[in-house]
Amino acid sequence: MEHIVIIGNGISGVTLARHIRKLSDKKITIVSAETDYFFSRTALMYVYMGHMKFEHTQPYENWFWKKNRIELKKGYVKQVETETKTLHFAEGDTLHYDKLIIATGSKPNKFGWPGQDLDGVIGMYHKQDLEQLEKYAPNKEVCKRAVIVGGGLIGIELAEMLNSRKIPVTFLVRENSFWNGVLPEGESKMINDHIKNHHIDLRLSTNLKEIKSDENGKVKSVIIEETGEELECNVVGLTAGVTPNVDFLKDSDIELGRGVKVNRFLETNIADVYAIGDCAEQHEAIGNRRPIEAVWYTGRMMGETLAQTICGNKTPYKPGHWFNSAKFLDIEYQTYGWVFGERGRPEYEHHFHWKHAKENICITVAFHKDTKEFLGINTFGIRMRHEIFDKWLTEKRDVDYVMSYLKDANFDPEFFKTYENDILKQYNNTFNTNLTAHKKSWKRIFSKV
Amino acid sequence: MKAIKTIGLVIFLVGLAIFTALPLLGTFNLNEADFNTIVKEQNIKSDIFINDLKSNVVGKDFNGMQSLSPNISKAITNANEAHIKNKEWDKKIYTSSSDMAAMIGKKSANGFIANNKGLMWLLTFGLGIIGALMFILPNVILLGKKGIKNDGIYHESATNRGWIGWMVFIFLVSFYLVLYFASEYATNWTLLVDPISEALSGNPAGHWFVYGFMYCTVMTVMAVRMYIKYRHNIYQVFRTTSVLFFQIVFAFLIPEIMVRLQMPYYDFKNAFPLDYDFFFQWNLKDLINNGGIGIFILVWGIVLTLIIVPVMVYFFGKRWYCSWVCGCGGLAETLGDPYRQHSDKSLFAWKVERYLIHAVLLFVLIMTGMTLYSFFTETGTVLGIKTSTVQSIYSLVIGSIFAGVIGTGFYPIFGNRVWCRFGCPLAAYLGFVQRFKSRFRITTNGGQCISCGNCSTYCEQGIDVRAYAQKGENIIRSSCVGCGICSAVCPRGVLKLENGPEKGRINPTEILLGNDVDLMDLVNDK
Repeated sequence: MEHIVIIGNGISGVTLARHIRKLSDKKITIVSAETDYFFSRTALMYVYMGHMKFEHTQPYENWFWKKNRIELKKGYVKQVETETKTLHFAEGDTLHYDKLIIATGSKPNKFGWPGQDLDGVIGMYHKQDLEQLEKYAPNKEVCKRAVIVGGGLIGIELAEMLNSRKIPVTFLVRENSFWNGVLPEGESKMINDHIKNHHIDLRLSTNLKEIKSDENGKVKSVIIEETGEELECNVVGLTAGVTPNVDFLKDSDIELGRGVKVNRFLETNIADVYAIGDCAEQHEAIGNRRPIEAVWYTGRMMGETLAQTICGNKTPYKPGHWFNSAKFLDIEYQTYGWVFGERGRPEYEHHFHWKHAKENICITVAFHKDTKEFLGINTFGIRMRHEIFDKWLTEKRDVDYVMSYLKDANFDPEFFKTYENDILKQYNNTFNTNLTAHKKSWKRIFSKV
Repeated sequence: MKAIKTIGLVIFLVGLAIFTALPLLGTFNLNEADFNTIVKEQNIKSDIFINDLKSNVVGKDFNGMQSLSPNISKAITNANEAHIKNKEWDKKIYTSSSDMAAMIGKKSANGFIANNKGLMWLLTFGLGIIGALMFILPNVILLGKKGIKNDGIYHESATNRGWIGWMVFIFLVSFYLVLYFASEYATNWTLLVDPISEALSGNPAGHWFVYGFMYCTVMTVMAVRMYIKYRHNIYQVFRTTSVLFFQIVFAFLIPEIMVRLQMPYYDFKNAFPLDYDFFFQWNLKDLINNGGIGIFILVWGIVLTLIIVPVMVYFFGKRWYCSWVCGCGGLAETLGDPYRQHSDKSLFAWKVERYLIHAVLLFVLIMTGMTLYSFFTETGTVLGIKTSTVQSIYSLVIGSIFAGVIGTGFYPIFGNRVWCRFGCPLAAYLGFVQRFKSRFRITTNGGQCISCGNCSTYCEQGIDVRAYAQKGENIIRSSCVGCGICSAVCPRGVLKLENGPEKGRINPTEILLGNDVDLMDLVNDK
């Protein structure tokens, strides 16, 4: 029986294993050094915040793996010998594979800051990071202040976590507005204000120079590059993005870039070795996507795709329309299709932006300035129906159509206030159109394309 | 703000302590005239019992029910032993010693508590309400900006099955045991609410009135907590208002007012088979003897069960009842909300649930069949089994222990819908309709699910919501009561409660592929 070995028990590896089991009878082993069982990494924050216990982040009960004949091995792979198809573990033992899948995910970026390896400097990615955080920041008495370096989604989540335990947070963001590499100006500004409203000390256009140590090798303070200011703190969170976790492959024959280089079939340069998830790097980017996408959903999709290939139905990885979602403290964010921030926005992309006068609710609709083709939407504080936008993007609807049928897409709970009429009114005013809002129709929502 | 909360907590605990101590306090002295009235009203023919009480109880002072009550039960036991021996069936006393003691206790209470009902109400209910509100209201400010506030739930002893949780468990279970099985100890509690009962129905309060009043009070105070916690979520605000309205108006006020108007006591929203004694002989006779209004109630009860319930479930799912109308659901959604995360989500629990809840439904149907057969044929037995025995087993095991003691008492340990999930026969019936013939489902934005587990953790019915969400499958589970909390706690906007077209409601998804072509196939298949 063919032995499939997957290194990494994150969403990519586990999705792959589950789908291989659905499609075949192959022997499957998942190797992980991090945890015994699969858990949802994105939910770690809720454990620290006390919304859930760690067990709750595990989507499958512990008997699931045995029942589905998925073997779990706890161990750290030190070396991959592709000629003999052997894995060497740090613990000294070895494992033979017929097909190997690398799904080792990422690790937090460290840019060579002085003091970046001191006690009390943490990332927020692995379960071990959470344990470190519980150790160094259990409450505001032990941790008088925390400094977070890096202005992305993990950073704001870490800020929210510490905030939930009333620990004062200083948030250093290199850019002049939060996440403005991705978010358009209005939205980025709204989130800046939102962060400050939560009593988080947000410092824009600010870089970390150095982390200073006390006499025990523990964090004492950080120095800010621009001003030379010294901030006393007990914890430093490094959340300036992630890098593929592939150091253990450096001595192998597997071709590496920043991550493991793969083609559209997720194959590496070595036969029977594949890579999926955060650690996989496409030779050429797919559409507007980046060559490495450290996103939960793409990891899941790669797992589903590769399972087909491994089980004899060779399938290229062709992700559909881009989507993503996140939560900025209390503001939910969803995006479908492409809406670019200030940086990197194509010159043909025009935006329509609507924001509620008082609430933190807004949307940005991107469209092609000549053809008026709808390109994508960002929503803050309004939930939208995934299937509808997927359909509209596939049908290449124009923006007028999208705006007038927006009620079909609303996914907010019942009785919630809706804003489609206000949005359309502003759209009509802005573009001198005379569109009328169509009533929500179940027929359209569930209609065949 | 913190200080107000702490002071509120202390005031609440003082009120609770006085309330808890009351069953063992008070002076009781039964005078001859009152005793004669009881003998007359209850039609007591046992001279042994009457003489026993006259020599041992009447005119004597007792401190606390614990000293009075044994005399009465001893008198009943002695009297009945003698009458059974002599085959004097007309003299035998059929009233339970608990009820008799409660009746006598009520008449003979004459100490400080009985003479200061208003003050005692303030020291118990009053302090409890004020203290609880002082504890709850500061959250308007403390909870900060709008959004889901579950911070620290698993760090708190009260909500993480810590010692406070266990204390609440012991208190609730003890309260229910007193209420159901030792109601004479509730005598002092009934005194506190006598003025309210007299104002409503014209009668002094019994222990069920205490329970009804307390139920409404607790729900109202805890509804304030719900309003504050979910103030950003209009669905939760409407829903809380709805359950509160139906509890106070339909379950509490209307039945009391009906009694005042000399009509039968009836809760118009309580549908069979949850209202398991609706078809019991005494109820049917009572209704028929009550003329027009009795017949109306009889017809309404049958129409409610056979037509209104399934039609409403077809359009709105069982949520219209379980989370918007039902009294048990109402308490679960207010008092029980802090404990919702304790429901067991394991596959094992689901298996137990399916056997148990359907067994209870079967039990109630067989019992009702026997009852109706007995009623129309005027026989006491069906196939050699006594109908009344089956009825009393159901009343004790399901009606009292399961629905009451376990159903509510176990909130802090097993979550707030143990009864609704494992025992309620009406929920099982609604569930069948919801599963097979309904427009209700929870739609999922499957692609966006990060499997975080908030939805499953906070599902009070123990549904592994995430298992469906991460596959992009609509949730049409029988047990879903449509409380909407899964949708509220989802950080990615994946879940939405919908009453849509029936077609395409069930959408098993083998694979949720992100690949272009397959995703389109997925859409096309809908």
